[in-house]
Amino acid sequence: MAKINKNEVLLEAKGLYKTYTQTSGFFVRKQRVIKALNNVSLLIKQGETLAIVGESGSGKSTLARCLLQLQALDQGELFFKGKTLTSLDVKDKKHLKRHIQMVFQDPYASLNPRMKIEEILEEGLVIHDLGDKEVRQAKVRSMIKKVGLTVPDLKKYPHQFSGGQRQRIGIARALIVEPELVICDEPVSALDVSIQAQILLLLKDLQKELGLSYLFISHDLRVVRHMADKIAVMHQGKIVEQGFTKSIYEKPKANYTRELLNAIPGNHFKFKVS
Amino acid sequence: MKKILEVKHLKVSPINEPRKILVNDVSFDLYPGRTTCIVGESGSGKSLTALSIMKLLSSQLKQTGDISFQGESISGLSNVDMRRYRGQSMAMIFQEPMTSLNPVMTIGDQIKEALDVHFDLDNDGLNKKVISLLKEVGIPSDRISSYPDELSGGQRQRIMIAMSIACEPLILIADEPTTALDVTVQAQILKLLRNLKEKRRMAMLFITHDFGVVEEIADDVIVMYRGQIVETGSVKDVLKKPKHAYTKALLQCVPDAKGIKKLKPIQYQAFI
Repeated sequence: MAKINKNEVLLEAKGLYKTYTQTSGFFVRKQRVIKALNNVSLLIKQGETLAIVGESGSGKSTLARCLLQLQALDQGELFFKGKTLTSLDVKDKKHLKRHIQMVFQDPYASLNPRMKIEEILEEGLVIHDLGDKEVRQAKVRSMIKKVGLTVPDLKKYPHQFSGGQRQRIGIARALIVEPELVICDEPVSALDVSIQAQILLLLKDLQKELGLSYLFISHDLRVVRHMADKIAVMHQGKIVEQGFTKSIYEKPKANYTRELLNAIPGNHFKFKVS
Repeated sequence: MKKILEVKHLKVSPINEPRKILVNDVSFDLYPGRTTCIVGESGSGKSLTALSIMKLLSSQLKQTGDISFQGESISGLSNVDMRRYRGQSMAMIFQEPMTSLNPVMTIGDQIKEALDVHFDLDNDGLNKKVISLLKEVGIPSDRISSYPDELSGGQRQRIMIAMSIACEPLILIADEPTTALDVTVQAQILKLLRNLKEKRRMAMLFITHDFGVVEEIADDVIVMYRGQIVETGSVKDVLKKPKHAYTKALLQCVPDAKGIKKLKPIQYQAFI
């Protein structure tokens, strides 16, 4: 079990804005400004899971990309452990970025098909200059076991694995550089339900063991109920409601949250398996 | 109740690998006004089963077994003869409406096309019919000259549903029709399908991997695993009192919205 201070703020976002311009029309050009992020503020403490919930187009993936600085913000400030992320030079940024990693939705698209698993896992260690060859290989071996695969799997290529196994590799790749915050963008929505349960439990176990914080992006309110400590509901670029999971599900305040909760299929069904 | 469709000992395997059985001895019946859900994980054979009924399998696959529509066997029919049944007796909707719609035709023309093949109507008659179909699936009639890309995902699926019910089929086969949709839109489409089924007394075969959706829409449930049916029964029995080990294990993987249940992943094992 990793030692964590549950009160320490890990990541703080203040007043984030991001707009896209969409051009449409063939003869008459029309421009439409889409507010993907409209004054979004949030806070993640150490060891906790904050879920971002919303439908397509709500801005949740833009938020993830902006937090990782894969996309520039129009306006707003980001703090990681009290240090500002938005105005760092390249070297410091690289150092801080190591502590924020990402697990992607599609395990088929996010692994390089021409690299062996050991290369995929080692790459992050090389980029961040963590240890010599021997240390790196030891880390790769221990990581692959942590995510439930075996050492011989390291010599294989991504296409030799199933979707669930690939997602385990995606998780291993994110965790190998020992991040403190992992952004999971719909990590189980491409998986079968039996595999989904495995990956969710793996993420939970790893969180306990390594003291990780998660920003968990999902459209599936049943999955979120199991994973999150806190939830932020996004709608059209805005956070319409934010709070502890239990209170959001039991006493939703915003109309949109209520609408979402009512739309969960099989909501009234209690899955008592005898 | 009189069954409208009877599937007996359906088997599907690749032509050049006859020993590899993708759908193995699947039998079930469909009844008017009832929704039967086939639920299973990817590779369980649920979509192949649906395609076999329409005889729309790829030419690389071979189906055997008997399928009867209103007591008449249709499994021996040629592709040309099968066209009489497709659309008019049984229709199908798919997961991704954008791939099933023609992007360069207005939605009105596309619905007309379906009607034109099966009915002898003049242009006015066709237009009237299209407008009434649009109304039935909840699309405003001024949308008749819109192109598919001008519609949202939910609206496109409504158009697909309008096309599928245009020729008043007795059986509607829906293959994961709401999987690509947002949850609030999904709820609307499920409601629409439920109402249409009731109103038109159709038999619906609904394919899904989502147990929440099963609970919303099914009367009867078929659970498939590796090409075989492992359990059938009423929705209440299968979800609340599952008998087969696989169904039980699968249900324990499904997170609930109340957060009471402890997830228990399936350990790798053979259930059949």
